[in-house]
Amino acid sequence: MNSHDVVIVGSGLAGLRAAMELVGHLDVAVVTKVYPSRSHSGAAQGGVAASLGNVDDDSVEAHIYDTVKGADYLGDQDSIEILCGDAPRTIYEMEHLGCAFSRTEENKINQRAFGGHSAQRACFSADRTGHALLHTLFEQSYKQRGKLQIYSEWHMNRLIVEDGVCRGVVVMDIRTSKLEVLQAKAVLFASGGYGQAFKITSNAAANTGDGIVAAYRAGVPLQDMEFVQFHPTGLYQHGILLTEGARGEGGYLINEDGDRFMSKYAPSKMELGPRDIVSRSEQTEINEGRGAGPNKDYVLLDLRHLGRAKIMERLPQVFHLAQDFIGVDCIEKPVPIQPTAHYSMGGIPADNDCQVYLDDKGAHVTGFFAAGECSCISVHGANRLGTNSLLEALVFGRRAGKKMLDVVPGLQLAPVDEERELAAARREIDELYAGDGTEDISVIREELKQTMTLQAGVYRDASRMEPAQTKLDQLRKRFAKVCVKDQGKSFNFNLLEALELSNMLEYSELIVDGGLARQESRGAHFRTDYPTRDDENWMKHTMAFRTEDGGHELRYKPVKVTRFEPEERKY
Amino acid sequence: MASSKVTFRIQRFDPEKDEAPRDQDFQLELEPGITILKALNKIQAELDPTLALRYSCGSAICGSCAMKVNGHARLVCKTQVSDCVKDGVLRVGPMGNLRVLKDLVVDMEPFWDSLDKVKPYLAPDPAQAAPEKERLQSPEEFLRIDPSTTCILCGACYSDCNVLEVDKSFVGPASLAKAHRFIFDSRDAETTERLRKISEKTGVWDCTHCGECSTRCPTEAKPLERIEEIRVKAMTEGHHGNAGARHVLGFRETVGRRGLLDENYLPARSVGFFNIPGLLSIIPVGLRMMKRRKNPPLRPHSIDKVDEVKKTFARFEELRK
Repeated sequence: MNSHDVVIVGSGLAGLRAAMELVGHLDVAVVTKVYPSRSHSGAAQGGVAASLGNVDDDSVEAHIYDTVKGADYLGDQDSIEILCGDAPRTIYEMEHLGCAFSRTEENKINQRAFGGHSAQRACFSADRTGHALLHTLFEQSYKQRGKLQIYSEWHMNRLIVEDGVCRGVVVMDIRTSKLEVLQAKAVLFASGGYGQAFKITSNAAANTGDGIVAAYRAGVPLQDMEFVQFHPTGLYQHGILLTEGARGEGGYLINEDGDRFMSKYAPSKMELGPRDIVSRSEQTEINEGRGAGPNKDYVLLDLRHLGRAKIMERLPQVFHLAQDFIGVDCIEKPVPIQPTAHYSMGGIPADNDCQVYLDDKGAHVTGFFAAGECSCISVHGANRLGTNSLLEALVFGRRAGKKMLDVVPGLQLAPVDEERELAAARREIDELYAGDGTEDISVIREELKQTMTLQAGVYRDASRMEPAQTKLDQLRKRFAKVCVKDQGKSFNFNLLEALELSNMLEYSELIVDGGLARQESRGAHFRTDYPTRDDENWMKHTMAFRTEDGGHELRYKPVKVTRFEPEERKY
Repeated sequence: MASSKVTFRIQRFDPEKDEAPRDQDFQLELEPGITILKALNKIQAELDPTLALRYSCGSAICGSCAMKVNGHARLVCKTQVSDCVKDGVLRVGPMGNLRVLKDLVVDMEPFWDSLDKVKPYLAPDPAQAAPEKERLQSPEEFLRIDPSTTCILCGACYSDCNVLEVDKSFVGPASLAKAHRFIFDSRDAETTERLRKISEKTGVWDCTHCGECSTRCPTEAKPLERIEEIRVKAMTEGHHGNAGARHVLGFRETVGRRGLLDENYLPARSVGFFNIPGLLSIIPVGLRMMKRRKNPPLRPHSIDKVDEVKKTFARFEELRK
C-alpha cells in the first residue's frame, strides 16, 4: 500500500494549482485518468474573470453583484466575495508564472465583454484561455519534477471514508488494471464535472462525475445537482463549445429570418445576456418554428460583420472548429448552433477552504477537500457566469492547498483495511462481468444521454421529468445485465466505460429527482410548469444523501446572503 | 447525402496475446460528415469493444487522440472520414517513434521526458521582484509567442519526425516549439542561456528541416517555423560556437567564395578546425564515401559566374544591416 501526505484526484486547474501550493512542503501525489495537459480545464475558451479595470471602469463589488445576480441568488455570497476579491491577485499570479495573455495597446492584459458581466472583465488568451492557463501550470509541474508524483492514466474507483475521517482512495492503473490503495492524510477531489450524461454536451469524454459519485457512495451528500448549465453556442449536433467570447467580440444570434431574436428576451444585454436566458431564448425560437435548417432545429451564430482579421486574431479556434467539424466558413456564413450541456453547478458541498461537508448541519469530513467543478462551494448558485469557472478553479485550488498545508501536518495516516478496500473495488468490477450480457453498455449510455437532453434539459416540467425518473430506474436495472466484453488487463477501456456509466446512472437520478422536487424556476433550472422563482420556499440548497438501499433522501440548507437581497433578475 | 461503406484497416496489438502488431479490417456503414474518432467509437460500440485508443475532449484541444491515418499522424477527432478514404479503405495505426502498448495506444513517456530537456517554464529575472500587477507586454510581443503557445502536446510532430526515427537523442519538434515559447517571451530572463543550450548537439541544429512536423501539426504551433526562428535568433545573437552554426557559416563562406558548396571544407568547418577528436571522428565517414566513390572532388572548383554570386551576397549583407 502506497501512502502520501496528500492525494489530489484530478489534474486540471484546481488540482494542479493546489499541488503547486503543497509541493516541496508535503509528500503530494496527483492522480489523473488522462495526462495533466489533457484535462478539461484546457477546453475553456473565452476568458477568466477579474475586475482589473484595464479596459473600462470596474470593481470587485460590481463583479460580486454580477455573480450573485447571475447565480439567480442561489450562490453563497460569502464565497462569492472571496472568489471576486481574490480574482485580480490570481490573474497577476498566473501572468507572473508565464501565462500568455492577449494585450491592450497599453501593454496590459486585455479584457473583453462576457455574458452577465457589467464590465469588460474577461482576461483572455485569444480564444484559448483555459489552454493557456492549464499549460502554464503544467509547465510549472516540470519545475517540480521529481518532487511531485503524478499518477497519469490511473482511474479513481473509491474514496475511503470511515467514522467521518477520509483515509485515502482506491485507484486502478489503466495500463495494467491493477488496483491499489493510496493511503493519505488528506484527499482533494478536483475531478471535474458531470456533463457527459447529456447527448448534446461540450464536455470531454472524461467528465463522467467519477469524483462526485465516489464521494456520494462514501457517504458524502451532493449539493444542487439539478443545476446544469446549457451553453448557448454549442456546434449543431456535435455540442462542441464555441466561445461566448464570439458574442463578446460582437457576434450576433439570429433565427431563420435573420432576426436578432435576443431583442425580445434581454433587450439591454442582447446576445450578452447570461447563459441560462440566452439558451432558453434559442430553444424558444426553435420550439416556436423559427429555427433554421431543413428540420428548423438550430439557430445561427453570425460573425460575418466582424471581418476576417478580427476573427482570425481573436477567435481563431472558433473559425477552425466550424471549418473542421461542420465545414462552415464563419467568415462567409453564419454557424449552426444549439444549446449544449456545459457546466455542472452542483457537486460536492464544501466550505470556503474547500473542506467537504458531511451533512446539512455544517459537520466536516476530516481530511477531505473538494475544489473546481466537482465542488459546490457554491459560487455559481443556479447559473454560472462565463469566465467565473477558470477563476474558481484557480482561487479555490490555491485555498485548498493552503488549508491542507495548514492542517495536514497535524493529521495522522488513518488506518485502512487494505484487503477489504481492494476487495470492495474488485467486487464492483466483478459485477460488471457478471451480467448475462443481454444488455449493452453503449446502448444504455445512448438512451441515458437522450433522456437527459430531451427530458431534463433547457426546459423541464413534471410531464418530462417523471417519465425520465422511471426511465433512469429501468436503465439502472438493465445495467445490472451488462457484461464487459474485454477480458484483458491492458488499457481495458471497455471496463473503464462501464465504471463511468455506472457513475453517470447514479448521479443522473439526482439531477432529475432534485429537479422534480424543486417546484420553481431558478437560473439554469427552468420548469414550464413552475415558471417563476419562488424565494419564499426555494431559496435553499438541495442536499442529496445516499440511503442504505442505493436510493436517496433530499434535504435542504439555507443560502448565505451577506449584502444582496434577492430582486427580480432582468437584463 | 447517402451513407457509404468504408473499410477501416486498423493496426491491432494486444500485449497479452500478440507477438507483433497485425492489421484487422472492420466494415462500417457511415453517414456523411462523420469524424474518424466517431467512427472508431462506433467500432468499439458495435463491432469490437476491445479496441483501445485514447481520446477525451472531442474538439481538438486536449491532444489525446493523435494517431496515424493512412500513415501520417493526425488528430482523429477533427478529421473527417470522407477526407481520408482511398478506394473504400481507411488505415489507422498508432503514432510512430513511440513504443506501442496496445492497439492505438503508445508509450508517451519519452515524449513527456523530451520536454524536460528545454526547461519548459518561464524563468523570470530572479534579481527583479515581480511587479504588483502584470508584467507589461506589447500586443506584438504576445503575437510573437502566440503560435508556439497553441501547441497541445499531442505528439503528432514527434510521431512523424524523420530525425527521431534514426536518432532518439534529438529533443524533437514539440520540445523545440516549447523552447521557442520561452526564448521569444519578453518576460523570460534566460534567453541567452536557452539559446546557447539549444544550439548544442541534440538541439535546434539536429533538425534536417524535412517539414513533416509542421505538415502534421494540428495547431498553429508549426514546429519547423519555430525552429527556423530560433536558429535565426541564435545566429544573430552570436551563438556561433557549435557545429550547427559553424555549418551555416561554412555554407555561406564556400558558396560566397565559389558559388558552390565545398563539401570537403564544410564538414571540417562544422566540427571545428582545431577540434582534433571531432576531425578524427569524421574520417571514417570520408573513407566510406571514398570507398563507394561518393566523395566530392578533392580539388574544389568554382562556377562560371561566381562574380554574380558574390554581388548577390554583398547585396544581402547590405540589406541585413
